[in-house]
Amino acid sequence: MDEILEILEKDARATADDIARMLKKKTQNVKDTIKKYEKEGVILRYKTVINRELVKNTKSEVRALIEVNIMPQKDVGFDKVAERIYSFPEVTSCYLISGTYDLLLIVEGKDLHTVSRFVAEKLSPLENVRGTSTHFLLKKYKEDGVILRHKEENKRVAISY
Amino acid sequence: MSMRNIISAKVQNMQPSGIRAFFDLVLGMKEVISLGVGEPDFVTPWQIREAGIYSLEEGFTSYTSNKGLYKLRLSISHYLKNRHGLEYSPEDEILITVGVSEAFDLVLRSIIEPQDKILIPSPNYVSYGALTELAGGEPVYIDTKKDSFKLTPKALEKHIDKKTKALILNYPTNPTGVSYTRRELSELNKVVLKHKLLCVSDEIYEDLTYDFAHTPFSSLPGARENTVYLNGFSKSYAMTGWRVGYACGPKEIISAMTKIHQYTIMCVSITSQMAACEALAGGRASVEEMKREYKRRREFMIGGLNKLGLECANPQGAFYAFASVKKTGFDSLEFAKRLLKEQKVAVVPGTAFGGSYKDYVRISYASSFDNLKEALNRIAVFLKRGR
Repeated sequence: MDEILEILEKDARATADDIARMLKKKTQNVKDTIKKYEKEGVILRYKTVINRELVKNTKSEVRALIEVNIMPQKDVGFDKVAERIYSFPEVTSCYLISGTYDLLLIVEGKDLHTVSRFVAEKLSPLENVRGTSTHFLLKKYKEDGVILRHKEENKRVAISY
Repeated sequence: MSMRNIISAKVQNMQPSGIRAFFDLVLGMKEVISLGVGEPDFVTPWQIREAGIYSLEEGFTSYTSNKGLYKLRLSISHYLKNRHGLEYSPEDEILITVGVSEAFDLVLRSIIEPQDKILIPSPNYVSYGALTELAGGEPVYIDTKKDSFKLTPKALEKHIDKKTKALILNYPTNPTGVSYTRRELSELNKVVLKHKLLCVSDEIYEDLTYDFAHTPFSSLPGARENTVYLNGFSKSYAMTGWRVGYACGPKEIISAMTKIHQYTIMCVSITSQMAACEALAGGRASVEEMKREYKRRREFMIGGLNKLGLECANPQGAFYAFASVKKTGFDSLEFAKRLLKEQKVAVVPGTAFGGSYKDYVRISYASSFDNLKEALNRIAVFLKRGR
């Protein structure tokens, strides 16, 4: 992978100037490359990883992993059904998977009731959905390569040879 | 008898006290961005830590053979063969030591007769001179400042006399980060061979070589029989606290070193040795990843320092910049003290690496990108304010 992407994937705040200095390139070239990636859809957007458990005054959200069994359709296979499902804003992630089930969804809602209702009223009644299995998430330890806990303390001595 | 007289003169004369006081100052301060650290800021990769934990669960808590676990020596032997084409027998040509530090002490004590001279290109890592003196030898420093901090065959030749026993090499170099190409090493080797010197080559930073392939000194034609190759796991695998290094060399020297090692150390901690086995078995991907990260930081830091007028020799390896503070009008200790007090950024005064480096500070870029960026900002503010 291009090192520019590698750097941005780790730290979306890295400026074109920073990246240019790290890679010994011209700032303008880096800017152009990033623009190109944005245009091509290689870079979709920039986001922040938040540890919600530490955010004060917010109601915690409920998340569930939902396995979905679907009936593929002629010509379009799973894609069309998947599209109907992932278009719901409640669905934050949607994967086609191998194994017993076909789709794996991550669904978010403000409480248990909301998520249950989504499954019962929106998802299950869909014509091509044959069955679902819902797992509510209890605790998040690690997400997208980030371990969710308080900032690591520095364990090195401040000065050494 | 007063307490003072109990301590031998040799030890009393060790290490300049100004530096130690500065170190204490740094350790006593909070919220400091430290660019004074001589170790990776990464934590040991998990799979290596996990191997250490597993070995404890399995009850590996005993001594190992003095030379170190056979399995580890064998892995090192294979690794060196695959990576550099070096042939060292795990039976009697490899010794596992408590970091390269111990290996150094062992070599010097094994070879030095009273008044033997040991050549040390400088600026140099702090322990070389002290260990030479403790072993009864005489360190002869070769100042490399004029040659962009690289030892040249000419400078080497000039410092050799009948009493010269060995040359210490350390590349990539702590504190300058400079390294040597194969051709440069070959030229040095010719002089070493001509005068039948032993070369003690500390290559602990070899995996952090950015601009060309690292050449082990012992891989040069004719060099193997008079070279002790020192390496370890600290820098490559971010394993400083585990304390595992190794020495490879001709049987005669390794066996002499093992004699001292068995009386002083017995063996390296078995937990650390087991973890080191895992480092060689499956840790290479992490090494490459860390190296790429260091390389980016190098470009960022060197570019930034030069822009601020703190010129540094171009470091081809390790994670240090040896920056000149001459233009600031401060000597290195004063610069370091003020920078610490006024802007809370810690660097190591150049005089730690040789008395004559009053115009330099060692800046380590083994720190997060955010830290480096903030440190450069603070240094800029510090310089702007001047005296």
